[in-house]
Amino acid sequence: MARDWSDLFITDGPAAEGAPDGSRGSRDGGGEGGRQRGGLFRRLRESMAKTRQALGSEIQATLFGELDEQTWERLEEALIMADVGASTTASVVATLEEEAVSGKLEGGQALSERLIELLADTARVGEARIDIRAKPTVIMAVGVNGTGKTTTIGKLAWHLRNELGVSVLLGAADTFRAAAAEQLEGWAERAGCEIVTGAEGSDPGAVAFETIAQARSRGVDVVIVDTAGRLHTQDDLMGELGKVRRVIERQLEGAPHETLLTIDATTGQNGLRQAKLFAETAHVSGVVLTKLDGTARGGIALAIARELALPVKLIGVGESVEDLRPFDPDDFARALIAES
Amino acid sequence: MFDSLAEKLQATLSEVRQHGTLTEQDIDGAMREIRLALLEADVNFKVVRQFTAQLKERCLGADVIGKLNPGQQVVKIVGEELTELMGGASAGLSFSSRPPTVILMAGLQGSGKTTATAKLARYLREEHSSSVAVAACDVYRPAAVDQLVKVGAQAGAAVYFRDPTHPDRDPVEIASWALERARSEGKDVLIVDTSGRLHVDEQLMAELVRIRDAVKPTDVLLVVDAMTGQDAVNVAESFAEAVQFDGVVMSKLDGDARGGAALSVKAVTGKPILFASTGEKLEQFERFHPDRMAQRILGMGDVMSLIEKAEQQFDEGDARELERKLRRNEFGLDDFLDQLKMIRKMGPLSSLLGMIPGFGGQQLKNMKVDERELDRIQAIILSMTPEERRRPELIKGSRRLRIARGSGTNVQQVNKLVKQFGQMRKVMRQVGRGKMPDIGALMRNAR
Ligand SMILES: Nc1nc2c(ncn2[C@@H]2O[C@H](COP(=O)(O)OP(=O)(O)OP(=O)(O)O)[C@@H](O)[C@H]2O)c(=O)[nH]1
Ligand SMILES: [Mg+2]
Repeated sequence: MARDWSDLFITDGPAAEGAPDGSRGSRDGGGEGGRQRGGLFRRLRESMAKTRQALGSEIQATLFGELDEQTWERLEEALIMADVGASTTASVVATLEEEAVSGKLEGGQALSERLIELLADTARVGEARIDIRAKPTVIMAVGVNGTGKTTTIGKLAWHLRNELGVSVLLGAADTFRAAAAEQLEGWAERAGCEIVTGAEGSDPGAVAFETIAQARSRGVDVVIVDTAGRLHTQDDLMGELGKVRRVIERQLEGAPHETLLTIDATTGQNGLRQAKLFAETAHVSGVVLTKLDGTARGGIALAIARELALPVKLIGVGESVEDLRPFDPDDFARALIAES
Repeated sequence: MFDSLAEKLQATLSEVRQHGTLTEQDIDGAMREIRLALLEADVNFKVVRQFTAQLKERCLGADVIGKLNPGQQVVKIVGEELTELMGGASAGLSFSSRPPTVILMAGLQGSGKTTATAKLARYLREEHSSSVAVAACDVYRPAAVDQLVKVGAQAGAAVYFRDPTHPDRDPVEIASWALERARSEGKDVLIVDTSGRLHVDEQLMAELVRIRDAVKPTDVLLVVDAMTGQDAVNVAESFAEAVQFDGVVMSKLDGDARGGAALSVKAVTGKPILFASTGEKLEQFERFHPDRMAQRILGMGDVMSLIEKAEQQFDEGDARELERKLRRNEFGLDDFLDQLKMIRKMGPLSSLLGMIPGFGGQQLKNMKVDERELDRIQAIILSMTPEERRRPELIKGSRRLRIARGSGTNVQQVNKLVKQFGQMRKVMRQVGRGKMPDIGALMRNAR
């Protein structure tokens, strides 16, 4: 079973139960709680089903059905088709083959279990949790255009309020793309939290600064800053991102506490370049693997974990507020080699 | 690793010269390198397998006695086959004989449909002098309509949209209404932007089919992100089955992705790639050229694009004048300044460098083209007298100091420019005499 929300976040003491306290900067009052909850559970169930679909399918029986010369080729093919990439695939398959040849593993069952273990171990790097003990905790979302930053922020805000009962303030520091602030406003409304925006074309650092300043004066628990999508190859825009980060660093000690890079699960080998360059400029602390509700497996996240030691922390499995889950390495490994 | 495919092939095939033709044994090693390179470029596994099998056929017995070495020979064959597979000559849009021509945009979430819609609108206005309207049918993503309203207006298109408060926000309904309006307003083209959807989302795919049936588009375009991996074939196959798209727009080609998805999509659907979207600016949108894409997938740069861009900027008279100056060794810093300004007009330097062979993403990363450095160079030249610009060798001692002060730089920077310019002039004379300069070495020296 996937990790739980309370496993993902490091908080002071036990997680607050139930709906958030309406006085803490939320837009919708707590009044209609009952009705919303019924609907909420239904949607949650649906979203869980989607997650299971995305992650929990049966693993390919054909892989180890009959151990022969082609076994390793089939395995390589499966991993390559999942976008794991040539070098990570080669390394995992080599380890497995070695163990099999030396007689440590016997039979298809043992082989597939060990394979999943190897894949999951590869994914298990660094700090997998998100520490939100600092008041306020500042989370920054960065990534290539259209990978799902804004949507992830909306979902994350919703979960923070609903699962942990913490108050959230969003900062619309994408002042570049047309209607980006309006989009985040839409999400703030859905998540029931406040938002700070700036004019289109204004300085994104100033928006981040203003958001954190307001969060401090209002006693908000978590600040999430949205940034404009950019290609990792655009030096000027990457420089600007570094600047936004430095504004935040100077303003609040220890901030940003978490910098999440969104990687679209359909991304191929270029994802590794994205992660590398964003990590250099923005000191990424974790990956959000989005759009896993499609048929793409997101194997590039495994290469990113292996080569850059960046853990996936969250996965996106749809476009509604509920469609965000804590990352679970075992489920992920299983899904990588699942029957399609 | 990919930039060196040519070198790797050369190494694998170094023995070949001795027997003059490619044998099966030679080729197997080469095919392995090609397969790896294509996979690294995100070409779909199955497509790679098919392609290399076909390639092997062609390479078997190929002559390697000519001018090219065996590695180059194989690269050439791979390039030709890739180009062939990606569509040979460039394809184009169809236009309706009874306007408006309706273009329906489809694709996954975040693939770049809205941007592509606005870019295509601008393109058709500029290149075909069409009057264009765009219809905002993405009613799901928050603020998607606002985005199209803004970028559509920038593109000079009429934007047909309905407010969030409008009672009927069904995308099929909006599309039909937009078509009526385009007709009555006498538009040449209507481009229908739709929300991003997963190819496995049955409900939304059915909706897309309904939109198509309602507006009967002249062209259906699938927008595909250049960074897409192995999944591109599933996406393309599903969209082809549902809406039989006619062509593809590759987006985000300004990044450093190899773009193997282009090959995969073409291979499994047979549909041509029509346009390449290469930046966030509306004018960064062009016809797709299979030959260039083949080179890019192989990591061989995009020389053709570079040449074409240069052609757009330099007119022929200027070019002849420049040639004359070069021949007579009259090319001065003034001319250099003009060139520099023209080149900078062609786009950010980093994107231009990306098109030079041997300058794949990896090297670019280390290159770091500093646009400020160029500003500095311009400032230095502008602080020189006309005489100094013509004859940079005059720049010594007090002149250097004056120029440095005038341009807000220092003597070393002035020196460096003068020296580099001297080297460049030498190289350009060689080019003038028909020798190609080693651009890579030149840039390395310039650093
Ligand atoms: N199916 C699916 N779609 C998603 C997911 N996450 C985001 N999307 C969609 O992807 C598209 C782009 O998402 P955004 O959140 O706008 O991406 P972004 O990174 O903020 O984009 P820019 O700010 O334009 O760079 C939208 O249509 C989202 O609804 C996901 O997990 N699954
Ligand atoms: Mg965004």
